Amino acid sequence: MARDPNLYDYLPNDGSRPKITWPNGARVAFWVAPNIEFYELDPPKNPSRGAWARPQPDVLNYSYRDYGNRAGFQRMMEAMDRCGIRGSVSLNVAMCEHHPEIIKACADRGWEFYSHGTYNTRYLFNLTETQEREVIQDSIDTIKKHTGQKLDGWLAPALTYTDNTLDLVADMGLTYVCDLFHDDQPGPVKVKKGRLASIPYSLEMNDVIVYNINLVSPRRYAEILKRQFDRLYAEGAESGTVMCIPLHPYLVGWPYRIKAFEEALEYICGHDKVWLATGREIAKHFLDNNYDGFAKAAHQVAEAPV
Amino acid sequence: MSDTTKTVGGSGLQPNAQVNTPAGGAGMPASYLQYDKRRYGMDHERYAWSQLHTRPRVVWPNEARVALWVIPALEWFPLDMKGKPFKPPGAMVTSYPDLRHYTLRDYGNRVGIFRIMQALEARGIKASVATNAAVAVRYPALIKACVDKGWEILANGLDMDHLHYEGLALEEERRLVTTSLDILRRVSGQTVRGWLSPAKSESFVTPDLVAAAGCDYLCDWVNDDMPYAFTTKSGTVTAMPHPCDIDDYQILINNHHTEDDFRDALIDQFDVLYREAAHGGGRVMAVSLHPWITGQPYRIAALEQALDHIMGRKGVWAATGAQIVDAWRAQPAAA
Repeated sequence: MARDPNLYDYLPNDGSRPKITWPNGARVAFWVAPNIEFYELDPPKNPSRGAWARPQPDVLNYSYRDYGNRAGFQRMMEAMDRCGIRGSVSLNVAMCEHHPEIIKACADRGWEFYSHGTYNTRYLFNLTETQEREVIQDSIDTIKKHTGQKLDGWLAPALTYTDNTLDLVADMGLTYVCDLFHDDQPGPVKVKKGRLASIPYSLEMNDVIVYNINLVSPRRYAEILKRQFDRLYAEGAESGTVMCIPLHPYLVGWPYRIKAFEEALEYICGHDKVWLATGREIAKHFLDNNYDGFAKAAHQVAEAPV
Repeated sequence: MSDTTKTVGGSGLQPNAQVNTPAGGAGMPASYLQYDKRRYGMDHERYAWSQLHTRPRVVWPNEARVALWVIPALEWFPLDMKGKPFKPPGAMVTSYPDLRHYTLRDYGNRVGIFRIMQALEARGIKASVATNAAVAVRYPALIKACVDKGWEILANGLDMDHLHYEGLALEEERRLVTTSLDILRRVSGQTVRGWLSPAKSESFVTPDLVAAAGCDYLCDWVNDDMPYAFTTKSGTVTAMPHPCDIDDYQILINNHHTEDDFRDALIDQFDVLYREAAHGGGRVMAVSLHPWITGQPYRIAALEQALDHIMGRKGVWAATGAQIVDAWRAQPAAA
């Protein structure tokens, strides 16, 4: 085990960074990342993480998540449609087989699909490199087969990793990851091979964290989203920022939560210097224009004494 | 994305269990990357996959837009509860004897439920009361009061310390089901058609046992806003959208929100369902209540205000679970 993930150098946000200029002079690259997930009722066990809080079958927690696909997804999608927002789907790729109707609805709208593993109940913990490559290849192949899209982005299933994960996704041709939470701007990820960008996702704006960990009310969530946006929009006048709203249809898609989300989306999209982007588009812009400058400006980190 | 490491209170909607076993290096068995149930639809046989917005429109009696289903729970938490295989929401907390939590739960059965009863009666609403059989044995006068108000008795297992879970011997689980239903049917004089497992905890066979014992609707699964067909070994029953996420325990106890927040959540929930019903067909608004929570003097007005908002709209049908099930089964959506 390492003391430092050794995935990025130190690049302080002190005004000295190379400037990011988004298309059309936008201040904020705004993207919405719905996690479209399938949780298994009776998955095999991984010694590093249990799948369910209760003994299997945990019908409460299983059905709680299934709600997102049956009911919540449609509400979330309609709210995004009203604001002209294309989603960047964080996809458990087995959804392509289980619920192709949802995949088609996203594809018909020009949404991006990136990988969130195969199932949200199959973790990367303890996989060998060969096994992990098999999981990544499954995602590449499944997304290609069902959507025609090249897989560019990665968010590890249930945020589970090995020491190899980001090296492998870069080696297999992906261009960005959402797994790192160290910045409000994209940044280079140090991998063995390839060029990989970290694109700001967010735990703080993530409805799982907001609703299930921080236990906030829906109306308060709308306030949080608006405040986050306001500051990033103001700061984006100096150098482009990124705001992501990661979503889970099983949470945001409840009737009593959707109104507050709609209101926050309308507020954000009512500003003119906002780039309504996808994860892939943000990554490409950064890789084409800023990756090298950011890599060059960053400070190498010395090893701390033991 | 998924749940992270922090454990959320006792609501049952908890983040996944975390186990800190260091990686061994040998990898996972090959079976870990095999997916026998990777196929169209669900990974089990209990119900068909479908999205709410694609189903035939439901038309409620008198073309109501929303069926309002209120479900108070009458629970008994034994003082010496074992919490096997886990402590249900509302369980004892301190070392034995935990008088404060025991008696506060019992407050609901002595005091809180009657505030709810008055609030519902004043607005012409008949509830389905989810009842532990132990409550019927211990407080038959309470069951009689519910029955006299025209409320439906909905089975909620034996008590809050007899959970249904995989690993319970089949005969023991069957005994829990039949004993609970026998008691509730005898004391209430009702057929008792609906079943809610204590803490919504099931084994793999709970729905089969419940259906075999004569129940025709089930309230454990929280995956829909509408009734849907649910398969058991004793025939098809109806799954009813009994909520967990929006109930008083989750919002007031687990999330520590105010009673005004609870009222607003109910109102926002209703408003969206009512809006959807205009084009999507009839909807169900389920209000799950715990009398020891909502029945407190300072909280009851929040429920009354939410109910006033709901009942003040045209096209709201206040119904029991059994009435909703029967009306739904007569619809093309049930086919």
